[in-house]
Amino acid sequence: MAALESPQPAATATAMRHAFGNVLSVLILVLIGVLAFSIRLFSVIKYESVIHEFDPYFNYRVTQFLSKNGIYEFWNWFDDRTWYPLGRVIGGTVYPGLTLTAGTIWWVLNSLNIPLSVETVCVFTAPVFSAFASWATYLLTKEVKGSGAGLAAAVLLAMVPSYISRSVAGSYDNEAVAIFALIFTFYLYIKTLNTGSLFYATLNALAYFYMVCSWGGYTFIINLIPMHVLLCIVTGRYSPRLYIAYAPLVVLGTLLAALVPVVGFNAVLTSEHFASFLVFIIIHVVALVYYIKGILTPKMFKVAVTLVVSIGMVVCFIVVAILVALVASSPTGGWSGRSLSLLDPTYASKYIPIIASVSEHQPPTWPSYFMDINVLAFLVPAGIIACFSPLSDSSSFVVLYIVMSVYFSGVMVRLMLVLAPAACIMSGIALSQAFDVFTGSIKYQLGGSSKSTDDAEDTSNAPKDDASAGKTDKGEEIVKERSSKKGKKKEREPADKPSVKSKAKKKALVLPLETSVVALLLLIMLGAFYVIHCVWAAAEAYSAPSIVLTSQSRDGLHVFDDFRESYAWLSHNTDVDDKVASWWDYGYQTTAMANRTVIVDNNTWNNTHIATVGTAMSSPEKAAWEIFNSLDVKYVLVVFGGLIGYPSDDINKFLWMVRIGGGVFPHIKEADYLRDGQYRIDSEATPTMLNCLMYKLSYYRFVETDGKAYDRVRRTEIGKKHFKLTHFEEVFTSHHWMVRIYKLKPAKNRIRGRAKKLKSKTTSSGWSSKSAKKNPWV
Amino acid sequence: MVKSTTKDARDLFHTLRSAYVATPTNLKIIDLYVCFAVFTALIQVAYMALVGSFPFNSFLSGVLSCIGTAVLAVCLRIQVNKENKEFKNLAPERAFADFVLCNLVLHLVIINFLG
Repeated sequence: MAALESPQPAATATAMRHAFGNVLSVLILVLIGVLAFSIRLFSVIKYESVIHEFDPYFNYRVTQFLSKNGIYEFWNWFDDRTWYPLGRVIGGTVYPGLTLTAGTIWWVLNSLNIPLSVETVCVFTAPVFSAFASWATYLLTKEVKGSGAGLAAAVLLAMVPSYISRSVAGSYDNEAVAIFALIFTFYLYIKTLNTGSLFYATLNALAYFYMVCSWGGYTFIINLIPMHVLLCIVTGRYSPRLYIAYAPLVVLGTLLAALVPVVGFNAVLTSEHFASFLVFIIIHVVALVYYIKGILTPKMFKVAVTLVVSIGMVVCFIVVAILVALVASSPTGGWSGRSLSLLDPTYASKYIPIIASVSEHQPPTWPSYFMDINVLAFLVPAGIIACFSPLSDSSSFVVLYIVMSVYFSGVMVRLMLVLAPAACIMSGIALSQAFDVFTGSIKYQLGGSSKSTDDAEDTSNAPKDDASAGKTDKGEEIVKERSSKKGKKKEREPADKPSVKSKAKKKALVLPLETSVVALLLLIMLGAFYVIHCVWAAAEAYSAPSIVLTSQSRDGLHVFDDFRESYAWLSHNTDVDDKVASWWDYGYQTTAMANRTVIVDNNTWNNTHIATVGTAMSSPEKAAWEIFNSLDVKYVLVVFGGLIGYPSDDINKFLWMVRIGGGVFPHIKEADYLRDGQYRIDSEATPTMLNCLMYKLSYYRFVETDGKAYDRVRRTEIGKKHFKLTHFEEVFTSHHWMVRIYKLKPAKNRIRGRAKKLKSKTTSSGWSSKSAKKNPWV
Repeated sequence: MVKSTTKDARDLFHTLRSAYVATPTNLKIIDLYVCFAVFTALIQVAYMALVGSFPFNSFLSGVLSCIGTAVLAVCLRIQVNKENKEFKNLAPERAFADFVLCNLVLHLVIINFLG
């Protein structure tokens, strides 16, 4: 009876502990969700609930259209208010995931009679999905290393500045939902790999479909997973679960990807997807080999191998030769421009200046790594080592993920975002292992007397200990970088010598009490520094809506709301069908806020059209007027930061206008605008520069502000101060001169030359006095 | 040399055949289904080679539905096979239910993509 009773309370005690642990985990996860949501609300508190930047305005406009007109209109929408006169097929060129998600949320809330406006839903979509993303990180890391690591990784992801930068409240862009989809897809893949269940494989394909809908970065998934499968095969970890995890994903995933109009047939025709097909074939070959190995004797298997290898090699060679010839026949080898610029970082600057001009596509600097992932930068190597002991399929996947994402983040600053979840997972694993060891040591040291009998066995096994201790020693030192080297003890569980060979030995690493306590405190301080940095980054660095600017000065806070002021002016003072020309940065904002037709916008799909606008901005007034008139343009919008010192204005972007324009129209030569290799607007500027439209539109009447025309961004006085505009007239300048709108003067009815000839021919005098007036039209 | 190779080939063929005959009937049915699906896919590819690939989405959905259901059947075979130690806790009914569910999703997508 006693034997029966004693395990029962022990069993209920463990059950109670497990239940308590589960409740605690759920509570922590809820808190993590709240944290992830609230840390992104700084911009709403400091400014207002407004959509940020440029791209989110396009997404917002599309969501507005979807909520007003329904899904069928959305799929078939041809937008004629942008890229005039070409228009844009929105249904076929937009990644619908984000807009459909926000539209669904809005529709559900409104049908529940919670009347949130579309703008509110759009602004807060990103924080909500970042909470989901932290939960997905918890699930993923739990599959790899256990729930302790999961919780640590989740809390790290909730706050990591790199992810915050693209998902603050108001940053309504694809990455807001795409990162959640990415982590969730990886979680389902690992879950399928661990359990071998076809149900999770189906869910994995559906999550991949959601990812394809959301972001062009889905090609990362469809290349990383085949790479991992190949890695598993090559390292001898092939198992039937690998087949179940991979093969249905390829077939179902390709089909689902082809369903999204943006991807369409690219899912089977472009090189970004070929890796998945290649590994699909490879895994079938490997599966067949394992199957035949299973049903044959070793001798017969050798015979089979020699036969098959000789025939198979020939066939393979032929097929590969055909494939290579097909792929090499296309000029880029089947890759798209953006993917090529990822593989070869110098490709864009040589061939596609538009891709090179986007600031997000530049390689990051070293400090930006510390800014964006902070403390995780040195926890990641510790996590990688922790993943190797023991190495499982899932931990090899996470290692591969972090290696690939580190490479790609080094190519393009925007892809630091893909590095963030990997870094959080690794750091979570490292932190969790470290905490395990320290707290285990403390618990052991404090509960010391019950385990003292093990010491006797330890001393007899000491020599065997040292041999294997060497390796774990190194691992320990790297994981616990601050622990002291003196007084390390090894413990072995009391296992009988004969059964040692059959049982796997479990070594508990124990450190001295003071070491563990100090190390724990230091780790907690490390976490505190991380939190402080993340909150600072969220509040100061990444919460600027960039449509409203503020600056602190002696007499308080200045707010520069010029952008919205000018878009409102446009929408109130111009006709609905008027066309506005500006540089492509402002296209999305103009269509969304001012509701006017634009010539080029941020989608940058037509390089020639952008080059046309760039040429017009770089030409003298008459030529520019001709170009704009041919495009039916009525108003030209220019952003100028010289009065207040706003550095992202059009004069600073002018070099791209010249380069892109010069790439298509050879009469624009960059050398004409450079003095000593620099673009200058002061008295040393070249005459081409001083006469071009951008200069004139930016600095027209600028001398009236302070009498000296001092440009605060370029920090010099301008070259040509007093000039008149002949083909344009100024209709609006915003409060701080940040946005200036000009109207094209209509073509004159009479040409001076012909009028002179007519005058000499006619004899009547009625007009002579009037025609003697000087014609202002050059 | 050639004689020994052909003898080896024949031996191999006989060994494979005798080993395969020993597999249980339910697995052989699944194998038959896989062969049928792959054969159908090959017929579709041959037809496409004859008459051209327009409309491409129909061709893709036809071929991928055959390949997809073949792959899923192979997964089912893996899970139902009694010799697989990893799946001895999995009831064959559960495996079949997963198979049906995955096929449902696959064919829903196919019908949507078929045009």
